[in-house]
Amino acid sequence: MSSTVNVRLSVNGVERTLEVEPRVLLVHALRDNLGLTGTHVGCDTSNCGACTVHLDGEPVKSCTVLAVQADGAEVTTIEGMGTEDNLHPMQEAFWNNHGLQCGYCTPGMIMSAAALLAENPDPTEAEVRHALEGNLCRCTGYHNIVKSVLDAASKSSGVSA
Amino acid sequence: MSVTDEAPAGHVGRELRRKEDPRLITGRARYVDDISLPGMLWASFVRSSEAHATIVSIDTSAAAARDGIHAVFTGEDMSDLGGPLPMAWVPPGVEVNNPEHWPLARGAVKHVGDPVAVVVGEDRYAVQDAAEDVIVEYDELPAIIDPEAAIAGPPYVHEQFGTNRVHEWSLAGGDVEAGFAEADVVVERRVINHRIAGAPIECRGVLADYRAGSLTLWTATQVPHFVRLFMALLLGLGEDHVRVIAPEVGGGFGQKLQVYGEELFACWASRKLDRPIKWIETRSENMSVAHQGRDQISAVKMGAKRDGTITAFHVKILADFGAYNMILTPLIPSLGAFVMGGCYKIPNVQTDITGVFTNKCPTDAIRGAGRPEATQMIEVTLDQLAHELGMDPVEIRRRNFIPKEDFPAETATGVVYDSGDYHRTLDRLLEHVDVAAFRREQAQLRSEGVYRGIGFCTWTEICGLAPSRITGPAGVGVQAGLWESAMIRVHNTGAVTVYTGTSPHGQGLETAMAQIVADKLGVDPSVVEIIHGDTSMGPEGRNTYGSRSLATGGEAVAKATDKIVDKVKAIVAAELEAAPEDIEVTADRFAVRGSPDKGLALADVAGIAYVGAVPEGMEPGLEETTFYDPENFVFPFGAHACIVDVDAETGKVVVQRYVAVDDCGRAVNPMLIEGQIHGGVAFGIGQALYERVYYDDSGQLITGTFVNYAIPTAAEMPSFETDRTETPSPVNSLGAKGVGEAGTIAASAAVTNAVIDALRPLGVDYINMPLSPMRIWDAISSSQGTNAEGGAQS
Repeated sequence: MSSTVNVRLSVNGVERTLEVEPRVLLVHALRDNLGLTGTHVGCDTSNCGACTVHLDGEPVKSCTVLAVQADGAEVTTIEGMGTEDNLHPMQEAFWNNHGLQCGYCTPGMIMSAAALLAENPDPTEAEVRHALEGNLCRCTGYHNIVKSVLDAASKSSGVSA
Repeated sequence: MSVTDEAPAGHVGRELRRKEDPRLITGRARYVDDISLPGMLWASFVRSSEAHATIVSIDTSAAAARDGIHAVFTGEDMSDLGGPLPMAWVPPGVEVNNPEHWPLARGAVKHVGDPVAVVVGEDRYAVQDAAEDVIVEYDELPAIIDPEAAIAGPPYVHEQFGTNRVHEWSLAGGDVEAGFAEADVVVERRVINHRIAGAPIECRGVLADYRAGSLTLWTATQVPHFVRLFMALLLGLGEDHVRVIAPEVGGGFGQKLQVYGEELFACWASRKLDRPIKWIETRSENMSVAHQGRDQISAVKMGAKRDGTITAFHVKILADFGAYNMILTPLIPSLGAFVMGGCYKIPNVQTDITGVFTNKCPTDAIRGAGRPEATQMIEVTLDQLAHELGMDPVEIRRRNFIPKEDFPAETATGVVYDSGDYHRTLDRLLEHVDVAAFRREQAQLRSEGVYRGIGFCTWTEICGLAPSRITGPAGVGVQAGLWESAMIRVHNTGAVTVYTGTSPHGQGLETAMAQIVADKLGVDPSVVEIIHGDTSMGPEGRNTYGSRSLATGGEAVAKATDKIVDKVKAIVAAELEAAPEDIEVTADRFAVRGSPDKGLALADVAGIAYVGAVPEGMEPGLEETTFYDPENFVFPFGAHACIVDVDAETGKVVVQRYVAVDDCGRAVNPMLIEGQIHGGVAFGIGQALYERVYYDDSGQLITGTFVNYAIPTAAEMPSFETDRTETPSPVNSLGAKGVGEAGTIAASAAVTNAVIDALRPLGVDYINMPLSPMRIWDAISSSQGTNAEGGAQS
């Protein structure tokens, strides 16, 4: 086995120290070391976006980040977005608009969509579609995903305005 | 959405949001890779780099010597299996060449990705490192990739047969030669339906745990009940000692309707090593070894009278099965043959199928499974015929529709369609799409150099797989009765658990089934829990595929619930001193008709049933089981229109509008139906415009990842416009038909017809999928009337 290094992360607001091989991907550190299995892996090539998390507030594909690169960073995963009793507005919007079927792409999709609204609170349909280009879904044809994101945008702008 | 039927009285018919979603949107769902066990080892497969070769030697020493590696296995190590991987379709009286297919290759490899060895060790990364250290020496054999060359053969994929032919099978009704003799016009086309991947976003994965004589297998499958049967048979275990669990499954699309060698290996190795074994597929593996779909080349011939009346339809399909027969491989084109007349009254129809081996990944069921291919042949050829006759494509469809008075309608081949009203769906479509206005717009745009086209597809299909009298050994020879089971348990407190033999993986069946049960029992759907995908929970089942889970599984749930209702009514009648036939269910209780205040809630009845205070002669408890075997398949239908723009400079196609009017019988949850249509249509558009599994001439897979296999993204898809009509199925009490494959069955033909409509002024009258920029640009560049279609993969 290769030697290991320590990585310190804040994950969903909790300080964590991990001992990992330098080559370990952030997604595997989250899943295998921290048990945060809501972040999924769907490809080998950074195309599918199922592994999307927020790294210091920015959406990243956690299969393309080494855990060591995230040393000192704040990571938010789907588990940190909301709970069943206190859903994040984007989670609520996906539920209300049938924005998911098998659910496998959904955590990554929600993370990307939430990041979009953080940057652009009132996107057009075309902007939503463009922003989600890096997240693949095989079930929904994207129709209800786009509807979910637009719904979340309209609700949050109504609240925060 | 403007279905004009009356508003639903209960939960059925409502757009209830899904019971499944809370765990999925919070990251608390458990897919196979989310499950770990104490002492668990990982497996990584060494796969063939060659399309066809003899294995000269396998040197596993370096891999085995690595730290943390427990074992390296090759095919010879697995000589104690009860038999090879299963092929379950043997049509009566038809010879099928069926080579042995093992989880690890024995002596030779037949396609790139064929597993040669497998490394088992302590972590996810270590086993991949070790797998790279396994040295396999191959003696290369000539590979055959093109199915038309393969059918002419040699070289042969499996030398022992002396041919690459797998089987031949025909289904005919009427007399096509006589029909063509009556025709004023006959069109013939070569229809290529290229190879595609199922590409669920979750790849396959297994976790096997053999302990103290019992095996538990978690697997990303659509068919846990089939997997249990074959694991038991092939490992020599009693079915009572095998539990197969399909936990959360991240999409199937037919790819997970299979009994795979990796499943068998993990179970075998867990027993051998006395440790739990996990294998999680990479996307590159999924693209090269999980079964693929379509890959048919067909000679299609349609004849009609001058007025557009179709007199005969004859298709000869060459179906590329790849290197092995998987569980249903030879059946797939036949599923198309059963509906080869589509929604038209055609007196003479014949389908001739030849299956062929090539050195490629095997094909089997992928969303639609034979019916998208049939629809493409019917609908694209019908448009070609309309053009030949100078008829409007809408008009020629109307001219040939089976009229609604004919239902149940027996087709020329003896298949009986349950119900249909094809004019109504087409009329509804034309309320959304003003064709006359479109034609004016199209003419205007053409004068501006914009090539816009419209394509139609009016379709039907055969689904709700069952009934056993046809699917069983006595029928077409799938070696399985395809009934469905359900068990309902009303608990002491009135909570309800439903065990279904189906195994949904995204369809929303937990919600739809809860709606059905809730109405019948006078409870809220939130207290109805649906358990599925675990062979140790509930009765034997027949799983999820073929758009069957509502029409068969939902109906089984309805029937089991009806048995509960009968018992509940008897108990309530005794309590209230009324006749059972006077008891009816309301939104929250069982009451005497006419006195809705006087009644008992389900929880009260359950209390009585479980304390044993039931009427004399009645058993205590409140639990019932049903095995439901329908009389017939169900036949959903619809009318779709697609509008595209084709860039004449680049060949790029952009879908401007997609309008789908579908009829899948009575709706249980319209929201779920729309979702299925959206996804199905995107799947069909994906095939038509972007996706293609491509092998080079030496059998190397070029499209081995999502970098070069292009499933659609949000940016390419339009918003879909959907609407429905409701023509109940007479087959089941719900009036329901299937919808999981509908969109896919319709969409590729609608897109193809739209692209051809756009391209006609540029001299292109016909083109096959995939409608990629390069192929369209080529067609435009070489357009001299009908475009001559090239080789199998072109």
